[in-house]
Amino acid sequence: MGRYIARRLLLTIPVLLGSTFLIFAMVYALPGDPIAALVGDRRISPSVVAELKDRYNLNDPLHVQYAKYLGGLVQGDLGTDFSGRSVAGTVKERFPVTLKLAIVAIVFEAVIGLIAGILSGIRKGSFFDNLVLVSTIFVVSIPVFVLGFLAQLSLGLKLGLFPISGISEGWYSYLLPGFVLATLSIAYVARLTRTSLVENLRNDYVRTAKAKGLPPRTVIGKHTMRNSLIPVVTFLGADFGALLSGAIVTEGIFNLPGLGRTVYQAVLSGEGAVTVGIVTLFIFIYIFFNLVVDVLYAALDPRIRYE
Amino acid sequence: MQVHKKKMRLSAVLLTLALGATACGGNSDSEGGGSGGSGEGASGGTFSYTLTNPENPLIPGNTTESEGSQIISALFTGLITYNVDTSKAEFDGVAESIESDDSTLWTIKLKDGWKFHDGTPVDAQSFVDAWNYTALSTNAQGGSYFFENVEGYKDLQAETDDNDVVTKQPTSKAMSGLKVVDPKTFTVKLNAPFAQYPITVGYNAFAPLPKAFFADPEAFGTKPIGNGPFKANEAFRQDVGFKLTRFDDYAGQKAKADAVDIKIISDVTTAYTEVQAGGLDILDTIPAENITTAPQEFGDRFIERESSSFTYMGFPTYDPRYSDKKVRQAFSMAIDRQAITKAIFNGTREPAMSVVSPVVDGSRKDACKYCKFDPAAAKKLLAETNFNTSQPIDLWFNAGANHDAWVTAVGNQLRENLGITYTLKGDLQFGEYLPVGRGKKFTGPFRLGWSMDYPSPQNYLEPLYTEAALPPGSNTAFYVNPAFDAKVKEGNASKTNEAAIKKYQEAEDILLEDMPIMPMFYGKLQSVHSPKVSNVKFDAFGQCDLASVTVKQ
Repeated sequence: MGRYIARRLLLTIPVLLGSTFLIFAMVYALPGDPIAALVGDRRISPSVVAELKDRYNLNDPLHVQYAKYLGGLVQGDLGTDFSGRSVAGTVKERFPVTLKLAIVAIVFEAVIGLIAGILSGIRKGSFFDNLVLVSTIFVVSIPVFVLGFLAQLSLGLKLGLFPISGISEGWYSYLLPGFVLATLSIAYVARLTRTSLVENLRNDYVRTAKAKGLPPRTVIGKHTMRNSLIPVVTFLGADFGALLSGAIVTEGIFNLPGLGRTVYQAVLSGEGAVTVGIVTLFIFIYIFFNLVVDVLYAALDPRIRYE
Repeated sequence: MQVHKKKMRLSAVLLTLALGATACGGNSDSEGGGSGGSGEGASGGTFSYTLTNPENPLIPGNTTESEGSQIISALFTGLITYNVDTSKAEFDGVAESIESDDSTLWTIKLKDGWKFHDGTPVDAQSFVDAWNYTALSTNAQGGSYFFENVEGYKDLQAETDDNDVVTKQPTSKAMSGLKVVDPKTFTVKLNAPFAQYPITVGYNAFAPLPKAFFADPEAFGTKPIGNGPFKANEAFRQDVGFKLTRFDDYAGQKAKADAVDIKIISDVTTAYTEVQAGGLDILDTIPAENITTAPQEFGDRFIERESSSFTYMGFPTYDPRYSDKKVRQAFSMAIDRQAITKAIFNGTREPAMSVVSPVVDGSRKDACKYCKFDPAAAKKLLAETNFNTSQPIDLWFNAGANHDAWVTAVGNQLRENLGITYTLKGDLQFGEYLPVGRGKKFTGPFRLGWSMDYPSPQNYLEPLYTEAALPPGSNTAFYVNPAFDAKVKEGNASKTNEAAIKKYQEAEDILLEDMPIMPMFYGKLQSVHSPKVSNVKFDAFGQCDLASVTVKQ
């Protein structure tokens, strides 16, 4: 197992190297002069423009810019945005916000999704099962921004139960955006759990377990659940990685100063260093959580071995 | 200065969809939610003010957009101030007097008793050091160009080639035109006479900087030490904001409230919802979908005033199709600006009848005779030229900034009134759009905008249409007329403000006869505030006078 993890971690190095270059090249290929876009209609001294371009290596060809970026990266320098703010500082300031939002969302997903999925799975065909099926279809078809504004207007403005925006009330501020962010995945988790459970309940080993007189609680809780959870854990793990890579729309609606909005703004303004820095972090998170999921497989299913 | 708001416009559309999907109207007086953060027990109270992210660190010389400027103007006070209502220069700032015998060598005397927030005195040196720092091109300060009329400015600018590559570093770090006479006096020598110079020095870029700035500019950028009515006790956070408290040793008119909470909210719809819920006190932008309902909903807490912004359409005078001024005049007369401001903008713009915004002393309501809608005269005038009406015209504007609707309206009017079909060229973001214009590649009328740096007609003329302003300057129409340049120069050299204004108006007449650009609209500012605050006033720059806002206890 240890060797497997080490090998997987080593593999991330070429992946990161390749992906940083790809993102860098894509930002470089964005049309338009980023300094001109930044300045807009305003006047600016041509010498100041030259100074800015020199400072951010904008006059260099792609490979030179990338080499300079990698040179800084090796020394732990993630570079700066066009206003001279360090990318590392920005990430450090914003990552906790994204992390909290992702944790709240994943808890909602796991708790509500699993409970709904299990209950409808063991009572297949019941009213509750149908309710879950219909409501999840409904939720999946509503775009997240509609849910976001709806929740903000109804629960925030009309009822005043939750803060409308911002993070000034600690974890409480994250409840509403976290829930909105989670809704889509709650539906996926519920359906995935249900399907997987229903399938496994038809298996021979379940009939055997029932036949030898085990109580239903043990049959479902111990034998069926463990097998049924494998796809769900895969989904949750991958989804946590995705949640951590920022929720542009949700962060925007609820005014949360997270990474999603930063990377959105950075792409719009052609900020190479910021985009590459943050997206690379996202890639790393994604790779890491895939690894965690793979390791969890082995824990859930003893038949799976990595050596 | 271009007003540079990056509010997410997408959200306007999204909210409309959201409301449509649920058929729930969004107007309510319900309380709760959000965080007002009122300072109980304090004498003046706390209120909140919304902005989007400032573009740069909070350094006065590097802040040339509206959001950062609002914060800077709360933290710093310059030599002079501008009257909130009339925009006229007033000596309520640090300067006692700004005088000159020849309009070239200016002597600036400072008042006693002005201090920075760290207790150090505001003296002549703090101005001269700040101005030299801002001007020096290697410091890459956006406000550098404000000092281009000071003697020796060129020595502080790196030489560059056409590809924006530095070919020679600056030869000096201090402008020869700035001299400290004594701690309370300094002199400014200009390259050429400029009678309106005192009016120009109220902008951010002219603010003084304390010694602490030069020790650590980076730390200063998040927690500035100014000399204004409010001071920063904590570091600014992007997308969050910070709290400013009243500076009790302020030498000018002290702030009424104890503190102001600057809250950064990028999504204007979210911010508006916050004001409706009472979680936020003042908002200086209203989402497009709420513009018609806001006046009724907020009553006298809805404020509208004209702003200094000016939208125009330039002509590529280098293109043979548009080289005849009669063609340009005919185009201008064929556009019903009144109809467009009503139908497209719901009255949130004012049709422009001159190139100088009405917020400025010296603006005239009837300067542009070819801006009056007269389709018959337009058609007749166009027939006198050899303009080929069977060939479609291109209408240029930058993408993603909501210009589509009104430029389309302009096109439709030209089609109806002059019989010319049009093609919209609105795919380029500003970063690509401007280089196209600078490279003389516009193939038809193009949209551009302007906001004033200081309230003088000169600011609406010299930086936009003189030969000296050709690209990389802002004269994208490539208009060159020595007679116009001469009138502007005469205005600059005039002894009195009245004489200067007269010359500027003569220059404007020449410009509007030649019509290298068509004036389109003047901007207006709409704002709403909560019942908790009163005495909310906005100036023509679009900035709220935060110091005079009072909070109900």
